[in-house]
Amino acid sequence: MLEASLKQLSAALAQKKISSVELTTLFLERIEQYNPTLNAFVTLDHERTLAAARAADVQLAKVGAGGTASSRTVANMGAAAAPLTGIPLAHKDIFCTAGWRTTCGSKMLANFVSPYDAHVVERFSNAGMVMLGKCNMDEFAMGSSNETSHFGPVKNPWDTTRVPGGSSGGSAAAVAARLTPAATGTDTGGSIRQPAALCGLTGLKPTYGVVSRYGMIAFASSLDQGGPMAKSAEDCALLLNAMAGFDPRDSTSLERPAEDYSRDLEKPLAGLKIGLPREFFGAGMDAGVRAAVEAALAEYRKLGATTVEVGLPNSNLSVPAYYVIAPAEASSNLSRFDGVRYGHRAPDYADLNDMYAKSRAQGFGAEVKRRILIGTYVLSHGYYDAYYLKAQKIRRLIAADFAAAFKECDVILGPTTPSPAFKFGAKAADPVQMYLSDIYTIAVNLAGLPGMSIPCGFDNALPVGLQIVGPWFGEAKMLNVAHQYQLLTDWHHRMPSGLGKS
Amino acid sequence: MSLSLDDVSRIARLARIEISPAEATHTRDQLNGILAFVEQLQAVDTTGIEPLAHAVDVVQRLRPDTVTETDRRDDFQAIAPETEAGLYLVPRVIE
Repeated sequence: MLEASLKQLSAALAQKKISSVELTTLFLERIEQYNPTLNAFVTLDHERTLAAARAADVQLAKVGAGGTASSRTVANMGAAAAPLTGIPLAHKDIFCTAGWRTTCGSKMLANFVSPYDAHVVERFSNAGMVMLGKCNMDEFAMGSSNETSHFGPVKNPWDTTRVPGGSSGGSAAAVAARLTPAATGTDTGGSIRQPAALCGLTGLKPTYGVVSRYGMIAFASSLDQGGPMAKSAEDCALLLNAMAGFDPRDSTSLERPAEDYSRDLEKPLAGLKIGLPREFFGAGMDAGVRAAVEAALAEYRKLGATTVEVGLPNSNLSVPAYYVIAPAEASSNLSRFDGVRYGHRAPDYADLNDMYAKSRAQGFGAEVKRRILIGTYVLSHGYYDAYYLKAQKIRRLIAADFAAAFKECDVILGPTTPSPAFKFGAKAADPVQMYLSDIYTIAVNLAGLPGMSIPCGFDNALPVGLQIVGPWFGEAKMLNVAHQYQLLTDWHHRMPSGLGKS
Repeated sequence: MSLSLDDVSRIARLARIEISPAEATHTRDQLNGILAFVEQLQAVDTTGIEPLAHAVDVVQRLRPDTVTETDRRDDFQAIAPETEAGLYLVPRVIE
């Protein structure tokens, strides 16, 4: 059951080979066993989880063996999707969940219980999925190692002396250790793809606007996008079918016809044109990462794809442009945490301003404060044009580079990260070094493009990720490219040792 | 362009984040490290380039001006640090 795909789990549930309660219990037991080591979950509530599993079993019983789940579920998922009813799922703790604590990895929200569900949470619960718990993350999604969480770092299941990546590190570790079949993540500069790469799983960041941001605690609103993290592209396609869709409560949610993201999975890749950005294959990439990515490209050529070199000449500016734009948006978004309506309030203060300043000083960790301060500075009078407007102009150049590249190719491939998982503390002292962990992923967010990471081998026994970038709304194409590779290879089925199987 | 301790305290005041004198030097150095890193943007010629705020062209949607929310005052106030008689409590601002 641990290695089963969502489709297989769905079939097993429909054929009554296992009940949702049994399946859910299996994963809850694994969480009990391994979470003390990994710290992937920050909130669990067995009673609530099992109640959802029992409700799913009632739904499944109504349908009968071999049938589909409720019409409501099918309507939400698109006609061709396999039903997800009864399958367990973990949510990144950035998604608001009514009745469950939502901390965003911060002391500021350590006791926050949202009065409503995020759109994504609502969609999955309407689809009948069972929430296992809330996953640890970098505080307010600001980090690439999970070391900024108020609840302590998540450990990488492949080597517990190393980081799982971030900010969706808890989600990534939970899937990698098979503590859940799938999880949600969010990606502002690489927060789905980088931990997916470092933990050896498949993660997808959709085109900006495809998944609603309603109830997803905001970090940088023009960049934030939720997406699925799972073992395979096939699983991610099913999850995206449930997640994606218009939501009037998110002002940037796109009104587009519903898509079945699984529709092209089985298409052959003969004739596919793969773009290889020369900037992603230069110095700075570990030899082991390069070897794994090159080997993956060789597999694609065997499948009939051709490769063409493309240029993204401004991609070297993506990290500095991001570290103006993202902190600017964060400083504005995080101004809502003032100790008045929710969140931490300092116990002692002199007056209103002192209450704000002390509540925020106590509630936020060091990295979050740094980004708020940088953002405040670049938006302040006299510096706005030099920093913020300048970065936005460069953002246009970066997006234009991709538009030009996609005239010459169908998808872009390259490494997800320059190196595999690093040791705890290795980059914690120097923010800029940490920021460079996302050197290959950040440009994709600035351009609003969809991107994925899939496992493509190992470097010194640590997983390596292959990044796939699609054109705008090219999710089905990316998933096709990922799935065909996963039919040929078994990297995505490799599991860290020492975590038992059942 | 390098920030002084006075700059840091001005920015911290604007951001409503208290920074103790003990943290100020370290904070200044880290902020200056980040600003030095983003300084490379200045070398790029962006004459005639329009700033890009959003990667996907979106226009603000309009909706009919009707009430869509229900009254959930009690739910929202249940998570507030301090309320009284349906109001949020803050320190006195007018003497």
